[in-house]
Amino acid sequence: MKIPKTLKEMPLTPLSLPTIGSMGKTGTWRTFRPIIDYSKCTKCTLCWIYCPDAAITRRDDDSPEIDYEYCKGCGICANECPVKAIAMKREEE
Amino acid sequence: MQSEEWKFTAKDIAEKPDLFMSGHRACAGCAPAAVMRLILKATRGPTIVTMATGCMEVVSTIYPYTSWAVPWLHTAFENAAANASGIEAAIKVLRKKGRIKDEHVDVIAIAGDGGTYDIGIQALSGAVERGHDFLFVLYDNEAYMNTGIQRSGGTPLGASTTTSPAGEVIPGKLEPKKPIADIMVAHEIPYVATASPYYWRDLIIKVRKGLEVEGPAFLHVFAPCPRGWRSDPSKSIELSRLAVETCVFPLWECINGEYQLSAPSKVIAMAPQKKKPVKEYLAVQGRFRHLFTPKYEKLIDEIQRITDMRWQKLLKKCGIA
Repeated sequence: MKIPKTLKEMPLTPLSLPTIGSMGKTGTWRTFRPIIDYSKCTKCTLCWIYCPDAAITRRDDDSPEIDYEYCKGCGICANECPVKAIAMKREEE
Repeated sequence: MQSEEWKFTAKDIAEKPDLFMSGHRACAGCAPAAVMRLILKATRGPTIVTMATGCMEVVSTIYPYTSWAVPWLHTAFENAAANASGIEAAIKVLRKKGRIKDEHVDVIAIAGDGGTYDIGIQALSGAVERGHDFLFVLYDNEAYMNTGIQRSGGTPLGASTTTSPAGEVIPGKLEPKKPIADIMVAHEIPYVATASPYYWRDLIIKVRKGLEVEGPAFLHVFAPCPRGWRSDPSKSIELSRLAVETCVFPLWECINGEYQLSAPSKVIAMAPQKKKPVKEYLAVQGRFRHLFTPKYEKLIDEIQRITDMRWQKLLKKCGIA
């Protein structure tokens, strides 16, 4: 058997592409929508750390911002927020 | 092991891009997904991840896409550790032949409780015995969640699953949880630790320690599953705190055979009045709902007794009691 030396000689191999949203826009799963009250927020970033969907991003001043395209509305951020600055509201409201 | 403790701030890990990306198909409130994110925040350079079949593999790699921004290999249920030892050996050979530059490549094997407690333990036992330099992470959601909540060796006593259903005949699972981390300590490997995502700083430091150590390392991470535990999705992280505070899942690390309690559990060891009764932890989970009926009430005392016995044993090992 000839050992492939370059990438071109390699047999075709299926590879997956790393991408945000490998399952599409998971925000459509949401029933409850987290809403941040920025006047209460202390920028502790705990919500950002615990978000299982990496749907909370940090702005330049460390305040959190929710990415509603991927947020599944689990409510972990609202539950863990030490100052209760995040409220969960029904989507239709 | 490096003698210097690795110090970091929340800002340091914030500047690191997320290597486990959003848009995967884990259930809402999935704590294992949060654990994966935190693990990848602790990597120090080129890293290869290999993963046994399980929830996190199924939800994150939907061909032709993947949520992992690191080289990632899927393997069968039983051989995550065997795969990791193969990767580590291949890197060694490639370096010897001069095919790759002389930089360190970390290997992480990740498996669920089914892939570690039951199916994967032979491969894991073999790989750590051969002394390969890799970190094995067990994310423990206490049953085979991905295939429909079947009981595993990691399921605790009294938990109702689809193969140990609570009802007229049995009160859920009849056997207590297997002490897997102690089994790994018995292999005399350099680093064994337990971690919980609520204590995220502790978790990240333990992952980094496991990567830095020369030789095999084992990390047991507690990862609540709202679907299988029939708990509120928003309570997943809170449950990982309650498990530590009730001593159901104490946090410790064992470096070269020396046990020591980690800070969150040490606080409870120093002030025993802070230890909460297991009832608080059981009450928020639907899988233990039957324990609060008159028929199976006594099982709560049994769970408390086993928890206390294991906690006292651990304190003795740490030289505290």
